Amino acid sequence: MTFLTGWGRTAPTPARLARPRSPEEVAELVLRAPGRGVAARGLGRSYGDAAQNSGGLVLDCTALTSWSLDESTGLVTAAAGLSLHDLMRALVPRGWFVPVTPGTRHVTVGGAVAADVHGKNHHADSSFGAHLRSLTLVTADGDSRTLTPDSELFWATVGGMGLTGVITEAVFRCVPITTSRIRVDVERTRDLDHTMETMAATDDRYRYTVAWIDLLASGGRMGRSVLTRGDHAGRDELPRGADPLAFAPASRLKAPSWAPNGLLNPVTVRAFNEAWYRRARPRTGLLQGIAPFFHPLDSVDGWNRVYGSDGFVQYQFVVPFGEEATLRRIVSRLSAEGVVSFLTVLKRFGPGTPGMLSFPVPGWTLALDIPAGRRGLAALLREFDGWVVEAGGRVYLAKDSRMPAETMAAMYPRLGEWRKVRDEVDPGGVFRSDLARRLGL
Amino acid sequence: MKNALGSVDTVLLLGGRSEIGLAIVERLVRDGARRIVLAVRDAGDTPPVIGAAEVHLLEFDASRPQTHGEVVEAAVKLVGDLDVVIPAFGVLGSQAAYDADPVAAAEAVAVNYGGHVSAGLFAARRLREQGHGTLVVLSSVAGVRVRRANFVYGSAKAGLDGFAQGLGDALHGSGARVMVVRPGFVVGRMTEGMSPAPMSSTPGQVADAVIAGLRSDAEVVWVPGRLRAVFAVMRVLPRAIWRRMPR
Repeated sequence: MTFLTGWGRTAPTPARLARPRSPEEVAELVLRAPGRGVAARGLGRSYGDAAQNSGGLVLDCTALTSWSLDESTGLVTAAAGLSLHDLMRALVPRGWFVPVTPGTRHVTVGGAVAADVHGKNHHADSSFGAHLRSLTLVTADGDSRTLTPDSELFWATVGGMGLTGVITEAVFRCVPITTSRIRVDVERTRDLDHTMETMAATDDRYRYTVAWIDLLASGGRMGRSVLTRGDHAGRDELPRGADPLAFAPASRLKAPSWAPNGLLNPVTVRAFNEAWYRRARPRTGLLQGIAPFFHPLDSVDGWNRVYGSDGFVQYQFVVPFGEEATLRRIVSRLSAEGVVSFLTVLKRFGPGTPGMLSFPVPGWTLALDIPAGRRGLAALLREFDGWVVEAGGRVYLAKDSRMPAETMAAMYPRLGEWRKVRDEVDPGGVFRSDLARRLGL
Repeated sequence: MKNALGSVDTVLLLGGRSEIGLAIVERLVRDGARRIVLAVRDAGDTPPVIGAAEVHLLEFDASRPQTHGEVVEAAVKLVGDLDVVIPAFGVLGSQAAYDADPVAAAEAVAVNYGGHVSAGLFAARRLREQGHGTLVVLSSVAGVRVRRANFVYGSAKAGLDGFAQGLGDALHGSGARVMVVRPGFVVGRMTEGMSPAPMSSTPGQVADAVIAGLRSDAEVVWVPGRLRAVFAVMRVLPRAIWRRMPR
């Protein structure tokens, strides 16, 4: 038995681990599933318990790493365990970029499909599922099925948190690029209204956009942000002699494993926020590499350890456009309570996918990282849940580690439809995870 | 399953009318538990109002160990994985009555110790299988060092305390845990008519300590906490002095 946690390092549970080396081995393992069921796991970047299966079997899918690229169309066929990091290392020098990347490259293709991940380009390009041509799924009966977007099972699987089967392969279209640089505009905003107005007014001019909010700023500065927006740069924008498609990201720092609980407290985070806000001088046309623009945290190995042994929770919710009042209410409550969130990120979502449990809907999404040991956090987040439900919004399952089942049901109106498809494809409940048990999925 | 912030979802209370047991359940519900199973004798009664989304009643007889496995299984059928299991049944009785009726004494020990062994082992089997969950064992300072004034009750608690520690060690590494709770004198229904001993507590205080212990993954909880220090001394007190303890 191996104890597993998500990226937030909370609530460890034991499971037997197996590391299949082929889709056939996946099918064999699924057919011999123990009573406590099977869950697939990639690089463990889900914050909560999506890739844990207490007392059961967990398939570490990271040995499934084959891939191919059709250079003429940009169509990639990738095995589920391949990381976006490895995929980018292969694709970028050939002039292609993944259609969607979350804030870390260290997620697998299978995980990207199962969580229907989004990135800084959601308002322009939707989520990962929108770019899929097909996916291959090993179902409870051991069959390997190739699904296309015209099937219900496909859309129960995209965003379905791995509970319809084990995803073994995905085919998706990549984006042509001529350089590996991003042309970035940085702007500072005064307060939350200013942040939201600026984002709403300008996000159609940029493919990628994100706001980092200084959550500890209060009073007239509440919601002040650093806005970062960018596009892929063209060759003519690069200095002479630069290798246009160079991509060699390396993590330079390693987070210490001994970080004490409470290292991230109002004093240290306030100091960091102040420095970060001041450092972000307004600039236009700054050329940045892919890694620093999309994945700044990847430069610190194991940054989740900074939260100490208590770990942390990420709370990411979306509220539809028109429900900005709820977003303001949550930000002002967090600011008033002095909640320490090391990273608070605001983005705008465009149209979602037909994924039945997919997270994004058109609206505003805010993500917060909060140390799990904080007193009163459970009650505070339950209160936020209520406001989010009232606004017709939802919490992201790939980040969740504490929501109760009824709340999830209230947030995902297509849960019944999803259950129907899942019950047909997995009537015996072979695919289980701690998240599924907690949320009664 | 305990979530990232330490809230649990399901609770099985064996001895579902226990004051301490219900006080613990109420607090767990306040902290987010939604599905409760109360295992009681004569389960036909209406369940007490504890505010949970689901409250189930099961028939349970502490003195019939052969039925304890079925009760645990039935609870699992009702609510799935068991996050917290609390065997909270027991009888106090008086030493004088036990002296007069040794058969009654043996029956009391069968419930206070034997019943907990079977219920505890059946619950532990399930917790081990599911890889998580806490068995809360309500021991007593009476079992830490047995006093002449209530040695039948105390000896059963001593057995229970040892059993719980051993079971906790056996479960180590399985994801399942045992938490031993050692209250002093608890003022409540069970001790009605008795004058409280020093450092006594109420069922609510015991429950608060249990909740704090669950949150911090404590292995042993003393109620009140300063009894830990007191009993560090009591344990090594010379026997000639100890046997003169008034109660």
